[in-house]
Amino acid sequence: MSQQSNNPSATGAVLNEQQFNAITQAISGLNRDQLTWISGYAAGMAAAQGGAVAPTAASAVAPAQTDAPTLTILFGSQTGNAKGVAQQCQSKAEEAGFNSKLVSMADYKPRSLKAETHVALFVSTHGEGDAPDDAIELHEFVSGKKAPKLSNTKYAVLGLGDSSYEFFCQTGKDFDERLGKLGGTELVARADCDVDYEAQAESWLNDLIASLKDDFSAAAPAAQAVQTGSAVQGAPEQAYTKKAPFTATLLDAQKITGRDSVKDIRHIEISLEDSGITYKAGDALGVWFKNAPSLVEAFIDTLSLDGDAEVTVADATCTLREALSSKLELTLSYPNFIKAYQAATGSESLAAMMEDKAKLRTYMAERQLIDIVRDHPGSLTAQQLVEAFRPLTPRLYSIASSQTEVEDEVHLTVAHVDYEAFGHRHQGGASGFLCEYLEESGEVDVFVENNDHFRLPDDANTPVIMVGPGTGIAPFRAFMQERDAQDAEGKNWLFFGNPHFTQDFLYQVEWQGYVKDGLLDKITLAFSRDQEEKVYVQHRLLEHGKEVYEWLQQGAHFYVCGDAMYMAKDVENALISIVQQYGEKSEADAKAYLVELRKAKRYQKDVY
Amino acid sequence: MSNEKSPFIVEGKLADNERLKRESNNLRGTIETDLKDDLTGGFTADNFQLIRFHGMYQQDDRDIRAERAKQKLEPLHNVMLRARLPGGVITPDQWLAIDKFAADHTMYGSIRLTTRQTFQFHGVLKPKIKSMHQMLNKVGIDSIATAGDVNRNVLCTSNPVESALHVEAYAWAKKISEHLLPKTRAYAEIWLDGERVETTEKPVEPILGDNYLPRKFKTTVVIPPQNDVDVHANDLNFVAIAENGKLIGFNVLVGGGLAMTHGDKSTFPRKASDFGFIGLDDTLAVAAAVVTTQRDWGNRVNRKNAKTKYTLERVGVDNFKAEVEKRAGVTFGETRPYEFTTRGDSFGWVEGIDGKYHLTLFIENGRILDYPGKTLKTGCAEIAKIHTGDFRLTANQNLIVAGVPAEDKEKIEALAREHGLIAPETSNQRLDSMACVALPTCPLAMAEAERYLPDAVTELEGLLAKHGLADDSIIFRVTGCPNGCGRAMLAEVGLVGKGPGKYNFHLGGDREGTRIPKMYRENISEEEIMAELDSLIGRWAKERNGNESFGDYVIRAEIVAPVVDSARDFYE
Repeated sequence: MSQQSNNPSATGAVLNEQQFNAITQAISGLNRDQLTWISGYAAGMAAAQGGAVAPTAASAVAPAQTDAPTLTILFGSQTGNAKGVAQQCQSKAEEAGFNSKLVSMADYKPRSLKAETHVALFVSTHGEGDAPDDAIELHEFVSGKKAPKLSNTKYAVLGLGDSSYEFFCQTGKDFDERLGKLGGTELVARADCDVDYEAQAESWLNDLIASLKDDFSAAAPAAQAVQTGSAVQGAPEQAYTKKAPFTATLLDAQKITGRDSVKDIRHIEISLEDSGITYKAGDALGVWFKNAPSLVEAFIDTLSLDGDAEVTVADATCTLREALSSKLELTLSYPNFIKAYQAATGSESLAAMMEDKAKLRTYMAERQLIDIVRDHPGSLTAQQLVEAFRPLTPRLYSIASSQTEVEDEVHLTVAHVDYEAFGHRHQGGASGFLCEYLEESGEVDVFVENNDHFRLPDDANTPVIMVGPGTGIAPFRAFMQERDAQDAEGKNWLFFGNPHFTQDFLYQVEWQGYVKDGLLDKITLAFSRDQEEKVYVQHRLLEHGKEVYEWLQQGAHFYVCGDAMYMAKDVENALISIVQQYGEKSEADAKAYLVELRKAKRYQKDVY
Repeated sequence: MSNEKSPFIVEGKLADNERLKRESNNLRGTIETDLKDDLTGGFTADNFQLIRFHGMYQQDDRDIRAERAKQKLEPLHNVMLRARLPGGVITPDQWLAIDKFAADHTMYGSIRLTTRQTFQFHGVLKPKIKSMHQMLNKVGIDSIATAGDVNRNVLCTSNPVESALHVEAYAWAKKISEHLLPKTRAYAEIWLDGERVETTEKPVEPILGDNYLPRKFKTTVVIPPQNDVDVHANDLNFVAIAENGKLIGFNVLVGGGLAMTHGDKSTFPRKASDFGFIGLDDTLAVAAAVVTTQRDWGNRVNRKNAKTKYTLERVGVDNFKAEVEKRAGVTFGETRPYEFTTRGDSFGWVEGIDGKYHLTLFIENGRILDYPGKTLKTGCAEIAKIHTGDFRLTANQNLIVAGVPAEDKEKIEALAREHGLIAPETSNQRLDSMACVALPTCPLAMAEAERYLPDAVTELEGLLAKHGLADDSIIFRVTGCPNGCGRAMLAEVGLVGKGPGKYNFHLGGDREGTRIPKMYRENISEEEIMAELDSLIGRWAKERNGNESFGDYVIRAEIVAPVVDSARDFYE
């Protein structure tokens, strides 16, 4: 059982919607002590009625001892990286003997902030400088009029992002700025971590712990670490991790778009046999990959380097060819490469280009690194080249299977990025590896990335609405396999879209089977190119708005998976208009309705 | 309908198709529900069969069926539409409308002329079906009853020379087609958004009956001496009898049909039986009487023995004929003399007796499509844009540009040449060859037909040339399955698909289409067929009497025995 006070499963399992709303209203605004008192009071009443009483939430979140300060570690994570660093922070705090508390921002009451003495924030940024879903509420709170004075609060912020985006680590920057303006005292300077964040995060955490020494030295010797929120609780320990992945074998990479499709989408099956790895529907699989041999050779040839030259990468020595093949990020462009490459080659054309940031961004957006090198060939050493690249990072794919169905296999739905541009073939790093270079029975290093922010309802009777166009369909295949295995009574409604019915209807026969068996109650399709006007899932949602709202009112969970840039936003806007229209609400109230849904974990996104 | 039980009704458990027709609410089924189901491109349950009565077959691209199964995609379901075009007459405006639809909304982009003198669209996806029918309706074409257990598109000899006689015969073909058409409003309701009229009156179908016919039923009007329609492939034939160029009545031939089932000797091709002569005024009554007799007496227990030809064999020609006379109130007169001398089309220009000109174009396999260097489809459309007469689709899958005024001849011929519609090098052998559609779209096909034919003919041309007979020809037909769309059972050399690359090899039909060929070799490969033909043509070249045809030669040389009475000697 989860331990938050606003447990969404309470709506389905214990309370009806009205009761739940009434209680939520009555307790909103209470502080922690008041909430603790109420939970005890209610437990006493339950005991008076007789029967067994479940352990109350209060017992688990009982405030830590007396006067010893507590480090509150907050994280807002989209892909799990921020959560990972936050967990690392807690371990280090424990080692140092500090009291700490790890909480997802999604489970954190913003008003508690002013009572905190020490806060460490770990937050990622996605899209165009947007906060991750979990962080939205807290982010708005600290920026808004109700934000409290934080003169007694010391804080530190670590932002995570991708420097190839214009608004790099924007959410972290926002938090840093606002907490400072609200009177907070900075413990250590903010870190803006890029995709290759590990080393930087590690050293920042050490600085943070060091900075806490004085305030925490009086702390009780038996330090207490408290974890709050299902996000952390639900995560099983994985034997294999990003740093220590499992070497799995590829079973199949079957194309599942038709021969006339413009898309090459693959159904990937990987064997986890003998690994003991477990995953849940909603989790992602991290995939380490090797760069395409043709791409490696293209760098070597274009720069007239010796592939056998010895280089040092992360304190290890190997040949340039090996480094390029499996240690470095060669596909996605990022500004630091351009900087380093320009510095090493002294390329004047690149230097000129770097003057205009906007132009450079557009230039990079259209190109992979090899295009930049081809456009601006120069002379540099093998070592300079490897230092210009950032380390290879694994790619995360939403898992498309449930272990209830596939046991020791894991399935993915992968769009093979493969196109012609600037006179050359281009492929995605991981997708090219999975779909083309990895042969059947070939080895691939993988690990499971838990995603507790994308889970089926605990209660199998709860209806679910799933919106997953394109490869966004993947986790819903896992969901349906899971609901099938559970004999779940809850209704299921899938929205799917892609260009053409005949070519791009991913897993068509499986959906047909689920509809026939009665598991999938409704499937609503949007094939954008099958008629003159383009139709997308958000249009279908609007067309079915009345029923969508009815399902939500019945307690349905609403899931969105796929493109973050456009689709997820369009779907959210559609949802707001639906709630406005059929709930007869103002736009602000409709948005508040979604916030409540999100808090109750009934509106979950897995977008990229 | 007579109330008393006839001894000629087959008792037993009715075939499932009988339930389907009975429960279909006069061919409506739940087709409309299926049209709204966007989870599949196909039709479900009974509707799969019921759409045939509306002129459509559900098909899929069989070439990629296995590939799509791996892709977790359903077969590439689509429909083939067969239009109702009595006598094969179509106007230039109609042509331009179907030309555009084929290009814009079909997977294959072609117009397929068929042995039933009509055209087919191949590869229409479900969302386009309704707009297709509405487009056809707008230009005055429908597809009612071109498939299913009904009277199908009525053929009429394409004889442009005897223009006056053709006009009369064509008028009868149209009248017969309309007289025997289903009366249910299902087609209009489903496809044309027609008004729903509640009728309690039963039967809805006075001629076909509310359970429709036991099996498909085919009718022709033929103008001797041409037998382009192949009377012996049809259930009911009206042989035009003229006096001084004026139509006076018909000889009626009943019970032809070529379909059979591999390995089932109770099935066989059969020639039509001669019932005798009727005057023009009795035409519709006789047509209805033959249809209703077959409706009531046809075998509804075993679909493989349900066609008119088997009813005739079972009840006896005399009994059937007497029943028709009774029902129509007509006595058949003595058969008027006539003679069939040819089945092929005469290519090139001819002048009709009305002074108009007619250009017959050879369309290999009837497939009108733009090929590299042979833009047949564009050519036909360009002709349609300036043509003031009409087009006639022949039963040999060719196209006639009919009723051209002398002053337009040059322009039309120039267009035909420009687009490869007139190819001077086409051999007689190619002109006398024919195939059904078969793979990849026809679900019944067991072997290639249309896609095999061009190469097969090239080989055959080579064999003829090798034996010094380059200008001769053999009526050569390939059909992908034993159902007979390619009419191989009336060819001198007929191939019937048995499996991939394998055919039953039949020999001994005649050029006029009055003798059924006998199976000479069973289940042999394309190479074996050509090897057999090499040796047989070699013998024919040496041993033939004068201009003796290949079919006649193999009978005289006793290479095969003639089929005289197929019910008894076809399998001997």
